[in-house]
Amino acid sequence: MSALGYAAIAAQAGAVVVGAPLLTGWMRQVRARLEGRAGAGTAQPWRDLRKLLRKEPITAAGTGPAFRVAPALLVASTLVVAALIPLVSTATPISGHADAILVVGLLALGTVTLALAGLDTGTAFGGMGSSREMTISALVEPTILLAVFALSIPAGSTNLAAIISGAAEDPARLASPAGLLATAALAVAVLAETGRIPVDNPSTHLELTMVHEAMVLEYAGPDLALVELGAQMRLTVLLGLQASLFVPWGIATAGDSWGSLLLALAVLAVKVAALGALLAAAEVFWAKLRLFRVPELLAGSFLLALLAVTASYFLGTGGGIL
Amino acid sequence: MSPIGAALGAASAAAGAGALAGLLLPLRVRPLAAGACTTAAGAAGVVAGVAALGGDSWSVRLPGLLPLAGTHLAVDALSGLFIAVAGAVVAAVAVYGIGYSGHGATGAGSRGVQALLPLFAWSLLLVPAAASVSTFLLLWELMALTSLLLVLAEHRLRAEVRGAGVWYAVMTHLGMVSVLAGLAWFAADAGGETFAALRAGADQLSPGVRGAVFVLVTAGFASKAGAVPLHAWLPRAHPEAPSHVSALMSAAMVNLGCYGIVRTGFDLLGGGPSWWWLAVLATGALSAVYGILQAAMSSDLKRLLAYSTTENMGLVLVGIGAAGLFADRGRPELAALALAAALLHLVNHSAFKALLFCAAGSVVHATGERDLDRLGGLRAKMPATAGLFALAALGAVALPPGNGFISEWLLLQSLIHGLQVPGVATAVVLPLAVAVIALSAGLAAAVFVKALGVGFFARPRSEEARRAREAGPFMLAGMGLLAACCVALAVAPGALGSGLDRAGTAAGLAGAPVLDDGTGVRLDAVSAKLVPVWVLAALTVALLAAVGVPRLLRRRRRRLRARLWDCGGGAPTPRMAYTATSFAEPLQRVFDDVLAPEQDVDVTHTRESVYLVERVRFQRRVPDRVEHRLYRPVLDWAERAGEAARRLAPGSVHRYLGYGFFGLVALLLVLAVGW
Repeated sequence: MSALGYAAIAAQAGAVVVGAPLLTGWMRQVRARLEGRAGAGTAQPWRDLRKLLRKEPITAAGTGPAFRVAPALLVASTLVVAALIPLVSTATPISGHADAILVVGLLALGTVTLALAGLDTGTAFGGMGSSREMTISALVEPTILLAVFALSIPAGSTNLAAIISGAAEDPARLASPAGLLATAALAVAVLAETGRIPVDNPSTHLELTMVHEAMVLEYAGPDLALVELGAQMRLTVLLGLQASLFVPWGIATAGDSWGSLLLALAVLAVKVAALGALLAAAEVFWAKLRLFRVPELLAGSFLLALLAVTASYFLGTGGGIL
Repeated sequence: MSPIGAALGAASAAAGAGALAGLLLPLRVRPLAAGACTTAAGAAGVVAGVAALGGDSWSVRLPGLLPLAGTHLAVDALSGLFIAVAGAVVAAVAVYGIGYSGHGATGAGSRGVQALLPLFAWSLLLVPAAASVSTFLLLWELMALTSLLLVLAEHRLRAEVRGAGVWYAVMTHLGMVSVLAGLAWFAADAGGETFAALRAGADQLSPGVRGAVFVLVTAGFASKAGAVPLHAWLPRAHPEAPSHVSALMSAAMVNLGCYGIVRTGFDLLGGGPSWWWLAVLATGALSAVYGILQAAMSSDLKRLLAYSTTENMGLVLVGIGAAGLFADRGRPELAALALAAALLHLVNHSAFKALLFCAAGSVVHATGERDLDRLGGLRAKMPATAGLFALAALGAVALPPGNGFISEWLLLQSLIHGLQVPGVATAVVLPLAVAVIALSAGLAAAVFVKALGVGFFARPRSEEARRAREAGPFMLAGMGLLAACCVALAVAPGALGSGLDRAGTAAGLAGAPVLDDGTGVRLDAVSAKLVPVWVLAALTVALLAAVGVPRLLRRRRRRLRARLWDCGGGAPTPRMAYTATSFAEPLQRVFDDVLAPEQDVDVTHTRESVYLVERVRFQRRVPDRVEHRLYRPVLDWAERAGEAARRLAPGSVHRYLGYGFFGLVALLLVLAVGW
């Protein structure tokens, strides 16, 4: 059991690290095909990372330790989240620690370090990016925690493993109004947290529209590779979490065998690839919102999350807390 | 004699010696002697508080010390918690103060300040130990007066200090009047003025009187805690005081406002109906969001920290309000959890806020600047101060692995599980409270990214910032003590577990929710677990991997230095960097309707043609809207009333004699008719 549990942790973390660039490549490929282009291939982000990692490290003049350590800390915090949350198995040795609020906090830690690095460069771009990033992340926070609140009501706990294994046993929770509203709210929050259209455009280099790209403009070489990898891992982890929360089937549970672990990995890959393809397809048809229209979108998602909590109270989903 | 009594006696003796040393010794040795005595007093306070948290209790009656009522002192675990926190802050800040005030005979080094600081520290230690209304009010007033005089310490250097002093003096005394009226009414109806008599007589009070007493007392205490809308003094007094005094006020004095609410609401009155606690919760939620929004708009480093104090006290009040609500609805285990969360957050806030104010003080000491827009680049000149500020800011933003995260996590857990309590009120209030905590945490992240990133990172924006030097050894030592407290609270909060339970039990909310599990926090009342050491270890391992693996893959090892991207237009100057004001601009636009910023564009045309512009002046201010709407009308009214009253006094002696005559006649008539 214990060996299986540790293998599950390693599988999750490894899958996220290896799969994150592939997911980005896959999404770019889907997008390219929908736009009638050939695309660079799914493995292109990996080739980019390999190229960047082999270059010499470059420090921009006038930057300090915050700039140097931020890329590694971004990857590290996302890596801890990847190991923690039940992507492949709900019965790992550390699944008791997989608290949803802790996960939200760890992801925010990555955001904050990158924002500090942006300010550390002392350029207009860096400051602009981190100012916008912190504004958006401050406004996303209430939505995320209320969605966590709504999800924790039927399970009676904010532990993600408990929430997911509970939902797998009792699928009625997912189809309840509370579950659906929380899904929608969390989806918007994920878009904002990962800097996708309509909140931010990951492929822009126009100063009026940049958020994430403006913050990391001064990075080059291996540092840039880590920043890119960190952002890709965040996307993978959040899409994986979204998939696990609302399509909880296929995840290994206590007492499962090595076979089911492999199956869970394959199912995870399929789920995340499907979600990624959906997101990429949606991005073809959406336009990026103006920065000052983003709060309206986030206020809408906040309302959905609030409705999710109150709905689960007034409609009484049964079991758990109530 | 119990260890608590002995320790409090030692603290009193040390504080007295410190006051004398500050008053009598020459400037050369004054800060060192007074600071050493104050540190000793603080350390004795820690001993007393820890003994009380360990389960000891102590009470004494000194009938001869005060005329009529005598002095009553008693220490239980609840008092012990506040004494221990105040003692720790006093001890560390006193060490810091030796370095901070050792640079001149005016301001922080002056005779008056050096003599008053030990007395202020002593009052902070003794207020939670008071066990009768008269003793409590006397010590409370001593605390208010000494802190007021300390706020005024630098009145010769800056004119704003005087205005801040007037605001503080008026508001603290209005609060005092409110507390006095409430407690006096309580004592009169309960038939005794010792806390024991109040406790015994609380049941005989009518519900109306209980409610009125609670409202009066809470209003006074909430103003001391800096809760909106009674916060107006706080963002003025805290920035203008010398920084070590700011640290004491923000990390120890405002706590006592929360202490007062817990002591009277839970212990003396024995809990109350839901509306009391809903009011406390609403006040706390309003304070949290409004305080942090104002902090986000502020570019004055110390003003920003002061508003963040309002935010954190708001979070503590949310916890206290939730505890009262749950207790009223018959769920004592959830109430105990919420109260423990509130108290833990209070302890955490004291640790990181004292450190933040001390670090801000080092910046002011080194540069003479508090304006973030004119700072920057300090991490190169003051690396230790910058590192300590970053450590404290990690606690303040409530992110793992900081200490603030643990208490906000507990608070969120208690609110989320509070939905078990039946009733529509909880179903509506608790989700909103969770959202408020989340929003304030998110905004706090923006605030401290701004403070750290603009104030300490990037390049210096002024000559003063360029010439900054690292703080002296005493200042660094004091900050190091506070940093050690922050780290200990972040790594092993479980060590506080049994003390927090005892404090909750002393407040009348029995239950053992926060179990001491060595290092972590495991809640038995609800199914949740957090082990901060584990989080820290996991982050460290992941960080080592993230640093090490790319290093193995790398072919070229040497790090190159390169110019910043300058768009081909020459090296970027510090003027191009984002300032605190520009950093906060998006947030200001988002919260436009709440903040109501004032904007002024002044265009001067050239004399030749109106189409040519000679000069454009742009000004934007974000005034404190609550103050604007709530206090300004009252102040204007008072001013008009004063003007009107002046017409009654034209200087004519005949008129005054007439007033006397008619006044006397009217009085006699009233007496003749009435009796």
